Amino acid sequence: MTDVLARDLARARNPAVAARRAHRRRAAEARFRAASVAGTAVALLTLVVLLVALVGQGLDGLRATRVALDVAFDAATVDPDGTGDPAVIAKADFNALVKEALRARFPDVTTRQDRKRLNGLVSSGALYELRDMLLDDPGVIGTTQRVWLPASDDVDQFAKGHIDRAASEAERRVSDQEIAWLDALEADEALQTRFSRIFFTAGDSREPELAGIRGALVGSLLTMAVTAIIAFPLGVATAIYLEEFAPRNRWTDLIEVNINNLAAVPSIVFGLLGLAIFLNVVGLPRSAPLVGGLVLALMSLPVIIIAGRAALTAVPPSIREAARGVGASPLQVVAHHVLPLAMPGILTGTIIAMARALGETAPLLMIGMVAFVVDVPTGPMDAATVLPVQIYLWADSPERAFVGKTAAAIVVLLGFLITMNGVAVYLRRRFEVKW
Amino acid sequence: MVAITVPVAAPTAAGGVVKVAARGVDVFYGAKQALVAVDLDIAEHQVTALIGPSGCGKSTFLRCLNRMNDTIEGCRVTGSITLDGQDLYARTIDVVQVRSRVGMVFQKPNPFPKSVYDNVAYGPRIHGLARDRAELDAIVETSLKLASLWSEVKDRLGEPGTSLSGGQQQRLCIARAIAVSPEVILMDEPCSALDPIATAHIEELIDELKTNFTIAIVTHNMQQAARVSQYTAFFHLGRLVEFGDTAAVFTNPRETMTQDYITGRFG
Repeated sequence: MTDVLARDLARARNPAVAARRAHRRRAAEARFRAASVAGTAVALLTLVVLLVALVGQGLDGLRATRVALDVAFDAATVDPDGTGDPAVIAKADFNALVKEALRARFPDVTTRQDRKRLNGLVSSGALYELRDMLLDDPGVIGTTQRVWLPASDDVDQFAKGHIDRAASEAERRVSDQEIAWLDALEADEALQTRFSRIFFTAGDSREPELAGIRGALVGSLLTMAVTAIIAFPLGVATAIYLEEFAPRNRWTDLIEVNINNLAAVPSIVFGLLGLAIFLNVVGLPRSAPLVGGLVLALMSLPVIIIAGRAALTAVPPSIREAARGVGASPLQVVAHHVLPLAMPGILTGTIIAMARALGETAPLLMIGMVAFVVDVPTGPMDAATVLPVQIYLWADSPERAFVGKTAAAIVVLLGFLITMNGVAVYLRRRFEVKW
Repeated sequence: MVAITVPVAAPTAAGGVVKVAARGVDVFYGAKQALVAVDLDIAEHQVTALIGPSGCGKSTFLRCLNRMNDTIEGCRVTGSITLDGQDLYARTIDVVQVRSRVGMVFQKPNPFPKSVYDNVAYGPRIHGLARDRAELDAIVETSLKLASLWSEVKDRLGEPGTSLSGGQQQRLCIARAIAVSPEVILMDEPCSALDPIATAHIEELIDELKTNFTIAIVTHNMQQAARVSQYTAFFHLGRLVEFGDTAAVFTNPRETMTQDYITGRFG
């Protein structure tokens, strides 16, 4: 017994053994540190690659090609009776004006097929720009103006260098004839690729050159607003009730278990719930941000409640006792002391839930928000879609020109997310109390 | 240690008025009984010390006096406790009202994470004790002066209460309790987290406060009980073992258990 003890003590106190042990420990720590640095470096590198790729492609999506044409605003076509009535002007055949201008620019194009191709250089959205121009200033009727009109998406891709001139004609979407026209326009300085506001002002479109993010952005904003307005107060109130006022009994236990389970329910199930209740029973309109917001609020509630309860529990009991000790009522204890101290934590939970809701598409599938919606919604009852759905729709489109739009939309979504997080961080700073 | 008789000395014998009277108080935490049939009178404008080993029920008893035990899950109080003859556990009583009449100072200083001023002003604000800012300022100043903290903090009323030293924080908590003009102040080991100098400060303060307030203090420190109190109650295992004039309890206790405890033989 004593021999064993003496042997162990001798071994433990042997400087050579201790040095070996120290060496092993230091080596293990160094390995761990190296692994951590390597992991962080890989993560950072991936992030940088992602952002550079997204921003690069996104900037490409923000630029659009335009063609300058001398458009003759022939009074006979636009306003034959000379009424000057906007209703009459709006119904005029602006397509004919565009075709006429193209024919005037390339008079040697005669065959029907070539004419059709020539007309295809300019986007089908050009006529709306001409219409808006005339409605703004009817004075141009009867004159000839040099107008920059949006080019079609193939021309746009060609001008941006995404279509290889050297490839054989059959393998590219722009024919040799079209390239010749474009070169002629370019020589006249009538072809230009520059930043375009369309991406931020237009709703979705089948034509990539006319498609914009505005509809989805407004839809996301409206949906998030509805979600926040419903989920935040309801979630915080529930957390406060369960944590501060509710008795501990079988019922509250049951409620607690259910809330915890709801937080883990796949989001599409909430979509089904929304379809069954908000659309079929209540009769709210399909595809509406109001319904989307309600569904996402239901989905966010459990997360907000759980985070809220955790934040409330973290407030030291001594603060509650102190407030009670000076005669604060239960409501005053919560409103004046516990809630302000728990606010930073509650906000963190809320923002996590909201960020998840912002990126959600599955529950919206069930209530018709995963849809091609052209008009920009003006209120929570209008048909709308949201940013992640828009990204999915564009990514799914065959036109090459949607690649840039998709990247730009992703950047917008990330920007939305960062803004939301920024607001949360700011609010948290404001509520944070130094001890 | 079994079959303890419960002696109730009437403090009124010393010429005082009974402020709080407890009769047959039993407290249960779930199935566990923490206090057994406690009869105790607390004299007005006197300091009553509650002493005894850990877990003997003295803090439990103290917390019964302003119904602080209500908030503990599974806690049940039977018997009667009266404040100026009014039953604190009557069905019609407003608990919040009770707590504004019977203030409390806790073991660990627990100022709100607000400014010194707001800490003291909080009670008067929620009870509407001040009609305007000037009155509130006056209440804060008086309370801080009564808690002998005014000279130290009068230039830093806007600083957070938590930035003060431990002893100052505890006096701030006392000022906070005083600010709502309670009739009784309960102190639950107010000096156990403080150094001897801060402790001496608080003890002096307690002595001054008894002219305006009735004080009940729980302490583990025998010398402290002897120094600050006029009456001493000795609790053991949930029972009141001995109660009487402090001088008598410390110099000539009736029970051997009290003798053993105050001389440090157990507990």
